[in-house]
Amino acid sequence: MSNTNSLDAAALRDRLQLLANQQGIKQWDLGAACSDDCSVQVDRGEAKQMKAAQRSSITVRVWNSDGLVGITSTTDLSNDGLEQALVGAHEASRFGNPDEIPAFSPLATAPLPALDRPLKQRQGILPLLETLREAEADLLGRHDAIQTVPYNGLAESLSQSLYLNSEGALRQMERTQASLYLYARAEQSGRKPRSSGAVRLALGSSDLDVQGCIQEAADRTISHLDYRPIETGTYRVCFTPEAFLSLIGAFSSMLNARAVLDGVSLSQRDSVGSKVAVPFFSLHDDGLHPGNIGAAAFDGEGTPTQKLCLIEGGILSSFLHSEATARAFNVKPTGHAGLGAKVSVGADWFVVSTTEGTTSGSNLDHHTASDSFVLVEDLSALHAGVKASQGSFSLPFDGWLVKDGVKSSVEAATVAGDIRTLLNTILQLESESEVTTRGVCPHVWVEGLSITGEA
Amino acid sequence: MTVSFTSNWKDLLEDLLQRGSCAGADLVEVFLERTDHLGLLAEQDRITSVNPAFTRGAGLRVFLNGRDGFVSTNDLSRDGLTRALDQALAMLGLESQALQHSEAFSGLQALNDYGLSKQDWLQRCPDLASASLRMLEGTDQLQRLGQHLQVRRGSYSRDWQEVMVAASDGTFARDIRLHQSTGLSVLAADGDHRSSVGRRYGSTDRPDDLANWNCQASAAEVCESAGTMLRADYVDAGQMPAVLANRFGGVIFHEACGHLLETTQIERGTTPFADSVGSLIAHPAVTAIDEGLSGGAFGSLSMDDEGMAPERTVLIKDGVLERFISDRAGELRTGHQRTGSGRRQSHAFAAASRMRNTYIDAGPHQPEELIASVDRGLYCKTMGGGSVGPTGQFNFAVEEGYLIENGNLTKPVKGATLIGDAKEVMPRISMCANDLELAAGFCGSVSGSIFVTVGQPHIKVDSITVGGR
Repeated sequence: MSNTNSLDAAALRDRLQLLANQQGIKQWDLGAACSDDCSVQVDRGEAKQMKAAQRSSITVRVWNSDGLVGITSTTDLSNDGLEQALVGAHEASRFGNPDEIPAFSPLATAPLPALDRPLKQRQGILPLLETLREAEADLLGRHDAIQTVPYNGLAESLSQSLYLNSEGALRQMERTQASLYLYARAEQSGRKPRSSGAVRLALGSSDLDVQGCIQEAADRTISHLDYRPIETGTYRVCFTPEAFLSLIGAFSSMLNARAVLDGVSLSQRDSVGSKVAVPFFSLHDDGLHPGNIGAAAFDGEGTPTQKLCLIEGGILSSFLHSEATARAFNVKPTGHAGLGAKVSVGADWFVVSTTEGTTSGSNLDHHTASDSFVLVEDLSALHAGVKASQGSFSLPFDGWLVKDGVKSSVEAATVAGDIRTLLNTILQLESESEVTTRGVCPHVWVEGLSITGEA
Repeated sequence: MTVSFTSNWKDLLEDLLQRGSCAGADLVEVFLERTDHLGLLAEQDRITSVNPAFTRGAGLRVFLNGRDGFVSTNDLSRDGLTRALDQALAMLGLESQALQHSEAFSGLQALNDYGLSKQDWLQRCPDLASASLRMLEGTDQLQRLGQHLQVRRGSYSRDWQEVMVAASDGTFARDIRLHQSTGLSVLAADGDHRSSVGRRYGSTDRPDDLANWNCQASAAEVCESAGTMLRADYVDAGQMPAVLANRFGGVIFHEACGHLLETTQIERGTTPFADSVGSLIAHPAVTAIDEGLSGGAFGSLSMDDEGMAPERTVLIKDGVLERFISDRAGELRTGHQRTGSGRRQSHAFAAASRMRNTYIDAGPHQPEELIASVDRGLYCKTMGGGSVGPTGQFNFAVEEGYLIENGNLTKPVKGATLIGDAKEVMPRISMCANDLELAAGFCGSVSGSIFVTVGQPHIKVDSITVGGR
């Protein structure tokens, strides 16, 4: 497999060390990434757009003689570009925050976990185009009402990332990834258009579950054709794994030590050990999970990725940490950092499960439940409808009203609530978990959420 | 960063365009870009993050029979650009050939240099020390004017961009763009009550903008809103009339209708208005404009990312659809004439038809008349973000809302989300006030995140779904 756009870690380290010596900089670290990727989109059998990109970027962080930190990013990896970045970072360090000075992660040279992510051969753009053309034609043929697949794409990439520091840490990894998305638009005479779709990820484009993606996109789209408005009220709700994971993800600041220290989290510094959910609810972050196609062995500070228990038995067990937040909490970094003057912290891959040895006492199953409920399939506009620091959400959704086992697609509606209340009113986590593109989760039942509809 | 794109690039660009034309392309376009970004964050009384960033790169696009291939690269060397062009040609089944004369390309025009008068803009922007002081001044004003503030933040972003566009139709243009935005935000907390409020102000092409920023007025606006919303009740959900305030209230038109008037939506088959030019699609009270000309506005530009000067495009006149927003590919594929609206976040995206400064024009009413006409409804003083889906379903959040009861504003309410369908809501905008104002925003879509302006006067929507609890 050829990669015309690759980084030579040792050479980069030597060049930077030389430039740092010239600038009198004794401590520095660097994160770098480069990628070669290509993608296609089609429109009713024709190639709509074919794209390719060669990208490279580095972020340099330096500590000045007062110990303050500055950073600069650049896409120019020439000597001039590196020098400009180093000088820029040095200049920025004059404004470094003396109250919170990042340091190298104590785990930046610790052994990395084994990741079974073999690099896959890329097919190239023309085979991708042919695959997508066929997939679109197949999807269009699944139902007369499906007239277009306005959002579609098939992409593959090879990327490389690395972390270096002036104390000798050197992390690097390569990975391949491919993605397919198909979002169909269907319309029947005298009715509003409906849209739904599906996404698949894989290590290589030849491994993508194309048929599964087509089938799911068709099933979802067709299932929403016969829609009706829902009456505004309070409903028992069942979230699909995808919907629940997107909701938890939008409120992940409650699990994030950076947000806690910044005062924008629902959690406090002393919240670890407190009850935040029903006693049968557990949540882990497991970036190494086999289902996580984009898994990385280390974070932006070089800390190894690990499985971390966040909530166990409804009790908050740990926060996500960078080096600096871990130091503030007197714990070890957890492998969830970015790289910056103020280091960001983020989750990798959530796994929601029933706590071992517990049960909800309920046996709700969205396939068989006879009492009426709303099945929320997909949440939209999380960027606008979630108030993470307040706990509230009000979100448009796609889903069904299920009555006596009969599903009716819901016309435009919103679901609203408070995440703290929601976590404490979970009725049931179904027994079967699904691996989604966001994480692993079963269907999750919640009591008493507000639904606003147009009936 | 020194200015680097000059007419010295002409020979190399002509070689590339010649190479593409000789290979049989209908049109070849090269977009060169350099940026110098500064991001700065103040929290409480400290600068906590300074983020300088530099990029450089090129986007090369080749058209053949209505299709296109696009390649972006950070490598601006002759070899790097040639490799990228050859890759784009190969996508369309074209092979590069030895350079020879091509009838299809007769050379670049003289450089149309919009950037000539803007050479010193980067140097005229505030330096790091000055910008830091202004941000700390902002968080200090928040402290003075606010109550129950748990978090005070000020942020500044400066995006300097130099671009050069060359195409085989002879287009050869260069520009320098400068976008600056300043934001203040707070989180207020008192017991179980919380409110988080933020405001962002943005300008284009005004190096002195930060120095002239009235941070006291900005802080006062944020603190007043946070104080009001701290103990606001959640809105009662349902169908009701709504009055949307001016400025950022314009996000309703941006999401509900503006996106559907981009030619990319015609190409995708996702706009209900594709065949509606000349038809009534909105209430006769509505006239809507998209333009790139308003001085200093966030969506203004001297040329678009395809080298075309922007224009004032009347989208809807008295409720009747007049024009679509179009770019080069849109004109080629849909027949709608280009409007100087080909825009992209960076060289890594192909340009697409995108909004600039988009607003509903002023009407004849006083804002108070709109509120007085509602027995029971919602007044949306400040809007949050929103989005529109492939079926025209839109949504957006209300950051600061008030109940309207018997024609008067009463108590503040929170947690409202407005949802609806473009085709249904546009005819329900029945009254427009005379207080048109614009507000800066960011729009994310097919060609990335770009600087835009939304705007409107106060408007009344006769009925809309208000989600809440």
